Amino acid sequence: MADSDWLTEIPQLDRADLREIRKTLDSGYREFSREYGELIESLFDPLLAFLVWFEKLLLATPWWLVIIVVAGLAYLASRSWKLGLGVVVSFLLIGYFGMWDNTMRTMSIILVCTLMAIALGVPIGILMARSDRTQSIVTPVLDVMQTMPAFVYLIPVVMLLGIGKIPGVIAVIIYAIPPVIRLTNLGIRLVDKDVLEAATAYGANPMQRLLGVQLPLAMPTIMAGINQTIMMALSMVVIASMIGVKGLGQPVLKSITNQYFTLGLLNGLAIVALAIIFDRVSQAYAKRAQRHMEGLDNG
Amino acid sequence: MDDVLIRVEKLYKLFGNNPKKYMPLVHEGKTKDEILAETGHTLGLKDINLSINKGEIFVIMGLSGSGKSTLIRHFNRLIDPTEGMIKVEGTDVMQLGTKDLEQFRRHKMSMVFQRFGLLPHKTVVENVAYGLSIQGVGKAESKKKAVQWLDTVGLAGYEDQYPAQLSGGQQQRVGLARALCTDAEILLMDEAFSALDPLIRSEMQDQLIELQQTLHKTIIFITHDLDEALRLGDRIAILKDGEIVQQGEPEEILLHPATDYVEAFVRDVNRARALTVETVMKDPAYRITADTIEGALQQMKGFDKDYGYIVNEEGYQGVVTAEKLEEAYSANKDAHLTEEYYEEVEPLEQEAVLETVIPNTLDADYPLPVVDEDGQLTGRLTRGTLAEVLGESDRDDTKTGSRTRDEAGKKD
Repeated sequence: MADSDWLTEIPQLDRADLREIRKTLDSGYREFSREYGELIESLFDPLLAFLVWFEKLLLATPWWLVIIVVAGLAYLASRSWKLGLGVVVSFLLIGYFGMWDNTMRTMSIILVCTLMAIALGVPIGILMARSDRTQSIVTPVLDVMQTMPAFVYLIPVVMLLGIGKIPGVIAVIIYAIPPVIRLTNLGIRLVDKDVLEAATAYGANPMQRLLGVQLPLAMPTIMAGINQTIMMALSMVVIASMIGVKGLGQPVLKSITNQYFTLGLLNGLAIVALAIIFDRVSQAYAKRAQRHMEGLDNG
Repeated sequence: MDDVLIRVEKLYKLFGNNPKKYMPLVHEGKTKDEILAETGHTLGLKDINLSINKGEIFVIMGLSGSGKSTLIRHFNRLIDPTEGMIKVEGTDVMQLGTKDLEQFRRHKMSMVFQRFGLLPHKTVVENVAYGLSIQGVGKAESKKKAVQWLDTVGLAGYEDQYPAQLSGGQQQRVGLARALCTDAEILLMDEAFSALDPLIRSEMQDQLIELQQTLHKTIIFITHDLDEALRLGDRIAILKDGEIVQQGEPEEILLHPATDYVEAFVRDVNRARALTVETVMKDPAYRITADTIEGALQQMKGFDKDYGYIVNEEGYQGVVTAEKLEEAYSANKDAHLTEEYYEEVEPLEQEAVLETVIPNTLDADYPLPVVDEDGQLTGRLTRGTLAEVLGESDRDDTKTGSRTRDEAGKKD
């Protein structure tokens, strides 16, 4: 190679070297997954058991009871009979078009994913809000999680844990957790410094400050994060179905490969219906819980 | 009154990344601007020495940037000093560990904030009970107490409202009730009334004074308003660029400003409203104690005036003029000095604010007598004094030139 080549051609690794790197990494990871795959999988066993139990519970419950419970929860959270009625109508339609079981499966996995995302995301967000250093480490990780195509991180997860519910849950959580972390962090950082200082001046310890001041005041922002997390979890349903998560995603996947337009549309609409219900209920609840904070800034 | 509760000694605060390193520069006496230019560190407080007595309202006054809010946050260590000592009842606050500091904040001091600092998600009564709930006091008990204090500050019936539903003045009353509810001995008030409009502010000042008469708390009050400082303060410290330029009783600051800076402040103050008769009156001369006309006339000749104040065991009685005495003397020089000879001129009370006595003083033909609560003559107020104190002209004469800034800063 002539010396001036680098002006026209970008300096590149040798093909052989590149292959070598790939080989080493791949075989290294493969060995790792062979070695520890089962151990790691067994760590997730309780979660799997819970997922299966919850799915079976939803499937075994009579349809009318599910509708009553969901509509009742929607009404309690929002105090709006319109929303309750909307829930009843959409579930009846879903059932009428033969998507009941898949909807129950999707609902169970989304609920579990959302709860886990909150359980993991809120504490991480709190830690981020406490130290700028943590924030500077976690933020780029979140950036990667949000922009890395889901298929790319599905590969190692599937290699490690195989196909099934758990890899699906992990994939959904990785994709859906960033908003709740980011907005928890943001919400706590935006808490009125004066109020926090007042709490400190009255001798509140860090825990009292967190539970009594920071979290309650950050709640509107955190709720917005949770809402986003739910939406993103639902949008992952189709991709998760590629690695064996049952539910509304599988018919959609089937319709893509077989060009069944109506089947795809119906299942897509069912996902949309679930999304709207989750969104409206969580937002209405957040709004109602924060009603007295309106007009706060005029102080 | 002279029971020192809080003592602050040689307190310094340097804001920046590495304050300890640059403290020597501060001790060398470099100014705030020089230090900022050389090191990027901001000198917040410089050599603060204070002693605050039990039961007094101590006002720290300064304009924005003077370090007054920084200073008040040192008392409960919301801000830690770079150097110096703060002792409260003999306890060195600087030595307290995290837990002890929390206990100290819970029980010893409570604070009222400029922007209220109320918890927006809690009701008014929960806000007032906040200090107690932090202490772990039971719900029922703390609520009971909170309701009482709400009643005291005049907000009975607002218990279940949220702060956002109240006006600014009402919110600050909640803030005040919250501070009082913990029964802390020391009250820190950080520009507590500054965010309120003038009418409400003056109402709140009245309320504070009224409460203080029964509670006898030790109050450290921060303000940028000299009128407020003079109205509330038993003693006042004036802060400029992180240094105390003068501290003393309100009258002292008003009548003897230590530096040009203080003087500039004082110039705009309505002295007629800030000063009492006692602070400007002249000594109680020209007493007439004789009980006969002749004796009285002799006494009056003795101090060479054509009037005198008649005083007996029961205190001040009235004013008698030379003209009247001479008239009586020619009639019967041995007659007793009885009511028919003197005028019962209404005396001034020494606690009265100058503003209220201006008309009487100007109307009178001679200096008006001043009496204390027991009716004893304690001084006299001349038109000249009044004009001098209230007038703009001879302000420079009232300033004692001898006192330098340093002296004022070190003085207790």
